Amino acid sequence: MSILLDRDTRVIVQGITGRMARFHTKDMLEYGTNVVGGVVPGKGGETVEGVPVYDTVKQAVEATGADASLVFVPPPFAADSIMEAADAGIRYCVCITDGIPAQDMIRVKRYMYRYPKDKRMVLTGPNCAGTISPGKALLGIMPGHIYLPGNVGIIGRSGTLGYEAAAQLKERGIGVSTSVGIGGDPINGSSFRDILERFEWDEDTEVIAMIGEIGGPQEAEAAEYIRDHITKPVIAYVAGLTAPKGRTMGHAGAIISAFGESASEKVEILSAAGVTVAENPAVIGETIARVMGKAA
Amino acid sequence: MDIHEYQAKEVLSNFGVAIPSGALAYSPEQAAYRARELGGDKWIVKAQVHAGGRGKAGGVKLCNSENEIHTACDEMFGRKLVTHQTGSEGKGIYRVYVESAVPIDREIYLGFVLDRSSQRVMIVASSEGGMEIEEISAERPDSIVRSIVEPAVGLQEFQAREIAFNLGLEPRLVQQMVRTLQGCYAAFSELDATMVEINPLVVTGDDRVLALDAKMSFDDNALFRHPQISELRDKSQEDPRESRAADRGLSYVGLEGNIGCIVNGAGLAMATMDTIKLAGGEPANFLDIGGGASPERVAKAFRLVLSDKNVQAVLVNIFAGINRCDWVAEGVVQALRELEIDIPVIVRLAGTNVEEGQKILAKSGLPIIRATTLMEAAERAVGAWRNDLTQNTKVRAV
Repeated sequence: MSILLDRDTRVIVQGITGRMARFHTKDMLEYGTNVVGGVVPGKGGETVEGVPVYDTVKQAVEATGADASLVFVPPPFAADSIMEAADAGIRYCVCITDGIPAQDMIRVKRYMYRYPKDKRMVLTGPNCAGTISPGKALLGIMPGHIYLPGNVGIIGRSGTLGYEAAAQLKERGIGVSTSVGIGGDPINGSSFRDILERFEWDEDTEVIAMIGEIGGPQEAEAAEYIRDHITKPVIAYVAGLTAPKGRTMGHAGAIISAFGESASEKVEILSAAGVTVAENPAVIGETIARVMGKAA
Repeated sequence: MDIHEYQAKEVLSNFGVAIPSGALAYSPEQAAYRARELGGDKWIVKAQVHAGGRGKAGGVKLCNSENEIHTACDEMFGRKLVTHQTGSEGKGIYRVYVESAVPIDREIYLGFVLDRSSQRVMIVASSEGGMEIEEISAERPDSIVRSIVEPAVGLQEFQAREIAFNLGLEPRLVQQMVRTLQGCYAAFSELDATMVEINPLVVTGDDRVLALDAKMSFDDNALFRHPQISELRDKSQEDPRESRAADRGLSYVGLEGNIGCIVNGAGLAMATMDTIKLAGGEPANFLDIGGGASPERVAKAFRLVLSDKNVQAVLVNIFAGINRCDWVAEGVVQALRELEIDIPVIVRLAGTNVEEGQKILAKSGLPIIRATTLMEAAERAVGAWRNDLTQNTKVRAV
């Protein structure tokens, strides 16, 4: 059983009638993901790609036994949809939506604390490419064919940079246990730390790769956690060495505002915690291969 | 989105934060007239630009007469103010704010920010107002008071009182401080701000707590629900290329180098810039054209990158996921045909249908330099740029 999702995970898509959501629902079904329903208020009774649509998440959960959700809802309504999923008993939610107001995410995080830890939904994203356990299931928008099944756990803030890493691994015949996008927003559902903890306990994962970038405290927090709690080898790359201070680099969260938030400081902090740092994005695959003891 | 000091003061005063009396002016004559309206015999004339550090740069002047106001304004209007926050180009002064000077007893620093560790709003205050927060944390870290607001219930009075007492305020001033803190928090949360900074917040000789300066930034993602804040946008304070990009749904940041970058995805864009640097070049920009990379977007991106006259080579790096490389390649070819670009263009495609994409680039007959890996692309871009410099045969005509 891989972390967060598996062949048997029963998935619903919130906002399934949108253009992007339809497209990716089809793609996920073709990959083998067990998509069992969709939710759009007022469109209950319709079907999309052969999948039944419900008015509320609770109805969808009751009818299908869904335990995971993918949110494609537009930014003004996305926070509400995430909270609806949390309240309906969804266990794992991936939010793809880019552009959710930061204070909406603060409310979402606060709302989720209503539930005791063992009943609390796990959220990854927003503003991410999703999660994939290659060969088992895909919950997101990434191209499934660039990932081979294997034993590297990947955690990343960026979508296409994550693809770059996966492609470099595939070129070397190295596969991935699960790849989790945690997103480029300042307030996100899960941090590097949260996912590191899961990979540490995951039997399918031998080494963990972290793909970070400038801005925010989560890489530094992860470094501390790795030093104290992670026994598996960790490889990291941090994007943004050439990024100037005080400017937002595309992702709302990619802005250097305090110590430990620039790429060079993050590299230093991670190295000090025993993490093997890939010095540039062209050698992410090579560095992972070296750590795994495979010829580069 | 940032707003001007006078706008931030108006917003905050609507939430109960006390400010000195002041008025806006668009010309020296108007400034003098506004000063007369305000009354008194001492005024501060403040350049309205989106940057801190105005005082040291000559953007804040104390004036004792209408003549002095004229002189101060003549030096400001139409000038570019260069502070440590504006970059070397500076920001244009097109409006000034005239404020009645107040007798100052003490200065306090007050800031509200989104704290990414606690994922809540954090209040940062210090008894050492007037200095930049970076200086305060370096020189007087013990003077900093922090408090985190619980989002479910908002800022509580006891928290505000604690901050006031920790700053060493006299009990008779505490209620005014509580009102100021609660006003700032209400403005922050109701208007989706990402930053409120009052530096300095002053205690006057006659026991008033006043915001002498004010800065506010707002969450671009939340502007849809605050039309009255969107109206405060001042494009004269933005980099024209960045605002043009933003209006076209592209994310662009201009830098000092000469290798232009066109990339899909923010993380990959930063990684591409890093690789260029590693190969011995300097990136001219950050540009994320989004996941889609449609032909229209690629063409827009080329136009934007080439509007920077320092650009001497362009590197396109697209990782095609759902969109296929052949489609992206068509877009690149189409854009290059339309724009007649005469500097080296390096294209690296990866992902779905990469072979078909490469074939389209090769068959186009255009002088596109192709690369398969990220490193190769960066090396070829730097190499082509150097060659182009030494040959010095091509003249730009964009």
